[in-house]
Amino acid sequence: MEAKQYIGEGWKHAILIIGAIVVMLPFYMMVSMSLKSQQEIQSISGGLIGAQETQTFPVCVKTGYSEETCTMKPYQYNYWFAFEKAPIPRYLMNGVIVTLSIFIIQVLVALPCAYALAKLRFYGREFVFSMVLFCLLIPVHGIALPLYVMLAQAGLVDTYSALILPWTISVFGIFLMRQFFMTVPDELIDAARMDGMGEYAIVWKVMLPTAIPALLAFAIFSVVAHWNDYFWPRMVITGNRDLFTPPLGIREFRGGIDSDEFGPMMASIVTVTVPLIVAFIIAQKRFIEGITLTGMK
Amino acid sequence: MGTISLKNISKSFGSTQVLNNLNVDINDGEFLTLVGPSGCGKSTLLRIIAGLEQQTSGDVLIDNKNVNRVRASERDLAMVFQSYALYPHLTVRRNLETPLRLRDYNAFERLPLIGNFSPSKKEKTESINQLVNKTSETLKISELLDRKPGQLSGGQRQRVALGRAMVREPVAFLMDEPLSNLDAALRVHMRSELSELHNSLKTTFVYVTHDQAEALTMSSRMAVMIDGNLLQLDTPQEVYDNPSSLSVAQFVGSPKINIFKGTADSGGTVGFLNVNLKRKSSESNTDLHIGIRPEHLEITNESNENTFSGTVAYRENLGSDIFFHVNIEDGSNKIIVRGLPQFTHQISNGSKVNIKRVSDKALLFNEAGMRVQFTNA
Repeated sequence: MEAKQYIGEGWKHAILIIGAIVVMLPFYMMVSMSLKSQQEIQSISGGLIGAQETQTFPVCVKTGYSEETCTMKPYQYNYWFAFEKAPIPRYLMNGVIVTLSIFIIQVLVALPCAYALAKLRFYGREFVFSMVLFCLLIPVHGIALPLYVMLAQAGLVDTYSALILPWTISVFGIFLMRQFFMTVPDELIDAARMDGMGEYAIVWKVMLPTAIPALLAFAIFSVVAHWNDYFWPRMVITGNRDLFTPPLGIREFRGGIDSDEFGPMMASIVTVTVPLIVAFIIAQKRFIEGITLTGMK
Repeated sequence: MGTISLKNISKSFGSTQVLNNLNVDINDGEFLTLVGPSGCGKSTLLRIIAGLEQQTSGDVLIDNKNVNRVRASERDLAMVFQSYALYPHLTVRRNLETPLRLRDYNAFERLPLIGNFSPSKKEKTESINQLVNKTSETLKISELLDRKPGQLSGGQRQRVALGRAMVREPVAFLMDEPLSNLDAALRVHMRSELSELHNSLKTTFVYVTHDQAEALTMSSRMAVMIDGNLLQLDTPQEVYDNPSSLSVAQFVGSPKINIFKGTADSGGTVGFLNVNLKRKSSESNTDLHIGIRPEHLEITNESNENTFSGTVAYRENLGSDIFFHVNIEDGSNKIIVRGLPQFTHQISNGSKVNIKRVSDKALLFNEAGMRVQFTNA
């Protein structure tokens, strides 16, 4: 390679590195603050992990623990106190229940819909599809209030149903899967029909396995959106702390004036974020492997 | 038994008529080819037989039973597709098993895990395995059973697709251009294999192709379709020797039949270029098309009232034959003449040649493209 090319490549990498830093910096701050003591956080000192001096934490003592219990290193304190102050495992479990239920029901609805829209000929198909596209344009916040009123009328506020039901029909999912199903050759479906499969069997036994890559892409959208959603749970979960999802849980740490403790707060945020990152890394690998349609031609 | 009857089948998509009142009777054990240029409706006809498409009007009878209202899966037909259409996520074994599992297992036995508790399932699985093994041995794909379709070559996929059709032992096989994705050598090889398979299975084959060579080599009868009409249904030899119309004559045969413009005088004597035919046309005082196949023309040294001359524009050497593309002197025609290499190897592009015809081989067609017979006299 010539020097000129090196410089050209160098520019590209420099820009990409700057972009990466901008994206990574909040995560760096989050992890760093979850390890440091309150003084170090407020004085912006101590680098990544701080001095880690063993100390007694006043907020802890104020909460009612003995001084002995409250004496430890900052990183231990931050994570211990985060779990002590709020039932984080419970929040995480709620998050898993809600996001998984939403995703599974979304798939159960979206796949047959997408199959019908992509591969079956029926009167009014184009109209139905244009309605799907139209629904993509409706912002969630626009219909939040009517939805809330309806749930309240049905007596479902403060239940898992309130968290799950409004999201079970994903027009985005229908649209995405429909676009993918359009690329599946008709002959494969005809072959399945000749073999004796019914239309539902075709959806689950032929279309689903070929659609794994698209489904994973949709899974990432869906799970990330609902795991991180703060707006909707905040509306429908009014009192019952047992139903808090992770983002609602984090809010617990936004305490009074004297107890604004960033260390335990950031520790809880790290705990809430890690499952998503791990899930994404696993899914990404499957993404690339994804079953291809190479067997077709 | 495997007879299929099509009675007055018409099909239109919206305002476009793709099939026009077709009547075909397919005998038990026959290898019938539907052949025609692309877009002639032959695949649609096959899909109507299969039940994947509903005809606009007319009846489909399988073994003399009307199946108009019978679903594709219950017609007991098997289909081989152009793209093979194997399930990409299943192994070859599972691909072959699928039609049998769907036919033999009941709904409960098909359930994952708990389906295994059904007492009759073990027996059925046994028989499915036997059928799969038998079929894979016939097609020599036993060593491929654990692979996925993505790991197979085109020819192997073709065999698996055939196998998936065969395991069920259907009343008839429907094939939609199954060889067109293979390379030329393999295609010729598979032709003979398919013929052998047909001979050993003795099941009805309905085979769709746009390749007239496949139709001529394999079928017991071929149906020539053009623009949604069935033009001729006969044995390959009969279709080749005795085409019913100009379109059939032009479609069947490679290289294409030569067409000369000519006339029949009041006495029925047919003349074209400077040549008069010995036999008389049954239609007189009319313009005619005279069709002569390339192998019925010869390059000759003679020059008389029965020959005409031209210049070789292009020489197509196939080894066993040489085809000369010749521009006729008066510029009216470009024709193709077959020459045997041992007599014509010295003729090159640009040479002037005399051409004579083999007598009694010309075919006459009238202005509308319909066949005109010679009088017997």
